[in-house]
Amino acid sequence: METRNSIRPFGPVVIDIENITKDYVMGEEVVRALRGVTLQIRRNEYIAIMGPSGSGKSTLMNMLGCLDTPSSGRYEFNGKNVAEMDDDELAAVRNREIGFVFQTFNLLPRATSLRNVELPLIYAGIESERREARATQVLADVGLGDRIHHKPNELSGGQRQRVAIARALVNGPSIILADEPTGNLDSKTGEEIMDLFEDLYQRGNTIILVTHERDIAVHARRTVHLRDGLIEMDHAGFIPELDLPVAR
Amino acid sequence: MKRFLYELSESWKIAAAQMRSNLTRSTLTALGVIIGIIAVTLMGTAVNGISIGFDKSMAVLGDDVLYVTQWPWKPVDDWWNYRDRKKIKTEYAETLNRMIAVTPNSNLVVAVPTSNLMRSIKYGGNQVDNVFVLGTTSDFIITSTIDCTAGRFFNELESRGGANVVVIGYDVADALFPAQSPIDKSVLINGQLFKVIGVNTRQGTFLGLFSWDSMVAMPLGAFNKYFSAKSESDVRVKVKDKRRLTDAKGELTGLMRRVRGLPPEKKDDFSINEQQAFKSTLDPVKNSIAIAGLFITGLSLFVGAIGIMNITFVSVKERTKEIGTRKALGARRRTILLQFLIESTALCLLGGFIGLVFAYLMCFGIGKAFPSFPIHFSLGLVLVSMIVSIITGLFSGFAPAWTASRLDPVTALRYE
Ligand SMILES: Nc1ncnc2c1ncn2[C@@H]1O[C@H](COP(=O)(O)OP(=O)(O)OP(=O)(O)O)[C@@H](O)[C@H]1O
Ligand SMILES: [Mg+2]
Repeated sequence: METRNSIRPFGPVVIDIENITKDYVMGEEVVRALRGVTLQIRRNEYIAIMGPSGSGKSTLMNMLGCLDTPSSGRYEFNGKNVAEMDDDELAAVRNREIGFVFQTFNLLPRATSLRNVELPLIYAGIESERREARATQVLADVGLGDRIHHKPNELSGGQRQRVAIARALVNGPSIILADEPTGNLDSKTGEEIMDLFEDLYQRGNTIILVTHERDIAVHARRTVHLRDGLIEMDHAGFIPELDLPVAR
Repeated sequence: MKRFLYELSESWKIAAAQMRSNLTRSTLTALGVIIGIIAVTLMGTAVNGISIGFDKSMAVLGDDVLYVTQWPWKPVDDWWNYRDRKKIKTEYAETLNRMIAVTPNSNLVVAVPTSNLMRSIKYGGNQVDNVFVLGTTSDFIITSTIDCTAGRFFNELESRGGANVVVIGYDVADALFPAQSPIDKSVLINGQLFKVIGVNTRQGTFLGLFSWDSMVAMPLGAFNKYFSAKSESDVRVKVKDKRRLTDAKGELTGLMRRVRGLPPEKKDDFSINEQQAFKSTLDPVKNSIAIAGLFITGLSLFVGAIGIMNITFVSVKERTKEIGTRKALGARRRTILLQFLIESTALCLLGGFIGLVFAYLMCFGIGKAFPSFPIHFSLGLVLVSMIVSIITGLFSGFAPAWTASRLDPVTALRYE
């Protein structure tokens, strides 16, 4: 097996952002959440985005996930300019190309695991038998084959996050975006989730995750540090001497 | 298209789950629509009933009969011009009939004289007041929808001879002879005995408009002998072809002018009326009742709709984060719009359905309690109220659903 810090022969560029800024205007005051970020992410990368609170990590993630539009700068997703997409196209990209994993899971509380995982397939227009088969398959892949008819409140935190990961995976997205996926989990459960991500990565998925925690960040193959809306550092692997002092 | 169907069925499932999980809230909100639909439906049946009642009463007049009267059947501003007109005499009928007989291709069939006044009528210990007593000829049966359940109408012989015979209406028969057949019994009118030879079929009364149910008909000869003093007289003329009513009216006007001996420069001193004229005076009244009634009850439905709108806004607010999640998973604006429209529509449909069931039971009850009140609960009404419910749902859901669909995904996801 490759070592954590070895460089892989990367695939084509999935995400290409250049000089992205994001300003929030709050009355008189302008919050500059991102102040010119340039970043390229290729297929089958595993990236941890780190940085102090308020440095713009979530803002950047939302931008990458086509949930938010930059104030200025260029963003190309799979070679397509995101600024030129209309609402339907954006919805289609979010549906098929991006898998979101949230810190708070964001499952539909009254729906079973199966129905939660089916949701992106409904929006993709897949017929119900194939939907069910696919969702069941993916739930089994994340180790929840025996929990498909449970509702979120009948699952543990770790299991809920697995459902959320299955939901993110179900449409076979180009990238998985996870904003502090272990933030609401204890360290042991968090570690299990990270094993799952490692597994997904090994199977060829592209993963971008935001984290505060060193134990989480060490799993990634590339680390990007944000500070005050700017990239402070961007390097392969996790280098304790470099990354630990900054992350703190 | 396929995706739309999946989204649609998904939305229905969500709506159902939503209603189930907020049962109390949904019920209370739907209550507004339930009451609104009950009100509108009942008003609808009432309006429908009134309309049918009007038409039924109108039918008594016949749509192929012209009425020669002193006063026109419409409101007049210059009543003084009519007050001094000569009265219509029953003898005119005979003259008219002679004229009709010698007119080739006449549009008129027969002229029938009628005189009437109100009298009490007695049999044994039973008495009915304010009975419409009508004196006419045996030809009356040609111009009017008389149809005897028992016995018969008087014949030409009795008519010419002015025999003391009567044909009585259903209600009169019912009141005077609760337990026996009225045929061949003698009733007392104005101290005079008349033999009952026929009972007319029941026609139903409505708002006290004309009905033969409280009528008594006798030969004109007998009528003139005993009651001529304060009676009112008209002549009614049966028309051959009701599609040529205007021609017939023209012909009758000419004949009447000859009867009255009017020189060409003088205006008519009589009026010729038909059912239609009466209808056109009554229709605006009928329509105003309908519009006012439906408008007022429509207000209660509107209040119900506001309730639904309000609760849908609350639902959108509560589920802001869910909306953000759905958008992150690929829901389009119209998907979200559809979802909330369906939620409000489902609530309204549920309310509408329950309301309809209640309305049906109420109609049934009213129909049982007051059989004479014309209440008509039709399939059309069911359809209309379901459509009204759907429209109410779409109307009340639109603003909140639109708000939801326009939510910025990031803002929605951040919402706590
Ligand atoms: N909707 C908004 N309106 C105004 N300011 C905002 C908004 N969203 C984010 N910001 C500001 O932008 C900056 C970056 O926020 P962001 O959420 O990206 O930080 P973060 O790096 O994810 O922090 P954390 O680690 O605490 O999650 C912050 O200063 C925040 O206050
Ligand atoms: Mg954040």
